[in-house]
Amino acid sequence: MNEQIICKNAALGYEDGIVTEDINFTVSSGDYLCILGENGSGKSTLIKALLGLKPQVRGEITWVNGFTSKEIGYLPQQTPVQKDFPASVREIVLSGCLSKTGLRPFYNAKEKELAHKNMHRLGICELEKRCYRDLSGGQQQRVLLARALCATEKMLLLDEPVTGLDPHAQNDLYELISTLNKEGITIIMVSHDISSAVKYASHILHIGKKQLFFGTKNDYLNSKVGKSFLETEAETDA
Amino acid sequence: MLDLISKLQLYFSYPFVRYAFIVGLLIALCSSLLGVTLVLKRFSFIGDGLSHVAFGAMAVASVVGLTNNMLLVLPVTILSAVLLLRTGQNTKIKGDAAVAMISVGTLAIGYMLMNLFPSSSNISADVCSTLFGSTLILTLKPLDVWLCIGMSIVVLLMFVLFYNKIFSVTFDESFSKATGINSDGYNLLIAIITALIIVLAMNLVGSLLISALIIFPALSAMRLFKSFRGVIICSAIISVVCAATGIIISILASTPVGSTIVSADIVVFLVFWIISAFTGRTKK
Repeated sequence: MNEQIICKNAALGYEDGIVTEDINFTVSSGDYLCILGENGSGKSTLIKALLGLKPQVRGEITWVNGFTSKEIGYLPQQTPVQKDFPASVREIVLSGCLSKTGLRPFYNAKEKELAHKNMHRLGICELEKRCYRDLSGGQQQRVLLARALCATEKMLLLDEPVTGLDPHAQNDLYELISTLNKEGITIIMVSHDISSAVKYASHILHIGKKQLFFGTKNDYLNSKVGKSFLETEAETDA
Repeated sequence: MLDLISKLQLYFSYPFVRYAFIVGLLIALCSSLLGVTLVLKRFSFIGDGLSHVAFGAMAVASVVGLTNNMLLVLPVTILSAVLLLRTGQNTKIKGDAAVAMISVGTLAIGYMLMNLFPSSSNISADVCSTLFGSTLILTLKPLDVWLCIGMSIVVLLMFVLFYNKIFSVTFDESFSKATGINSDGYNLLIAIITALIIVLAMNLVGSLLISALIIFPALSAMRLFKSFRGVIICSAIISVVCAATGIIISILASTPVGSTIVSADIVVFLVFWIISAFTGRTKK
């Protein structure tokens, strides 16, 4: 397996306090890692650390085998600003190529081609000219996924991607992400939704005040923390 | 009708009227371009805050007796713009409160200074023209005009060259950051351009009405257009047309320039709003 990110004994947090510590895990090419944890357990801090935006307090996070933090295609949670943003689908997808332009002020034909290819891949070609704010939640997520794919072919980092979608759209999105994973793209997904996590993911990272579990999905299902978490989830669902 | 045309011809034979016209159109163009970004970033009121800062700085400049106000007003406004746009990220005082605080604070101090150290006998006229830009634009010297043209070109160039980056940073800062775009740098750029435009626009509409020049064209365009580029182009056209109409009407009807331009912007906004209501493109 080709490792991409190695995290050793990392502690994450802010100057005035550590949110989570003892984080140890490895992400390899082609993995589907699901990061679980309660609110406030440091998931968003971990995201920032993985993206290289916020250095860890202690320990090491390394991007290895030629992989860099800039090659992570990030799908952030939607902001209120985006919900009524007047921009066409094409403009948004194309903006994923921005890091490739460097100092060049405009996009070249290759980048436009890439944007088109990714729109086609996610089945949003017919939406190309539509306005982002007029799309359904599921369509909006597809647009943002296409944008992330323009930035990278190696790894996608998704932050609660199904929030606010209806069950049908949630399912569609999970299937789509799974397809992308099968095409060889590494997936890291932060999620609340444990049942889908165990359905699709290959690996699970469960964090609290410190790391509670890291390993394959099957090990997680048999572990103490996994069982108890699954049970409490089942109770709250019922 | 012929009367009106000959009256216009007469006015446009004066160089200062032509200057005012050119400067007015340029300012309108620049402010509308950035307006879209500011409205979308929820910074509509920043223009207002900054213009009050510029007002305060102008008062200080005239008290100190600087021959060229710009030397003080421009750096002070740029500094405030940088500080205000930064507050959005992490501070104890929230963005809107910070804008309100700085805005009224500098307004009060500026007015007090103008009263304590009057530079001319008619303070209320001075204050009124700084706030509403009633006559300022007709007193432009060729140097001011060239300065204004130069700054407009700088603003336009920066906007065109960084258009794609500005779009990305406006739409999704986290994503741009993650892919290695220097979004803090571009936010800074946006802050500086905003400050430049505010200082330019003070000549045209005065400090109280600048926000209108920034937000109305953007809001009107956003009613009808579905792409970022469409919105930007439409808002630029609206702004230039309204500024031209406003200036011509103000010449013919002897109304104050600034408020006439803003009234024209309001009319266009209402028209666009009605059209969007009828075509079912109302905002959800």
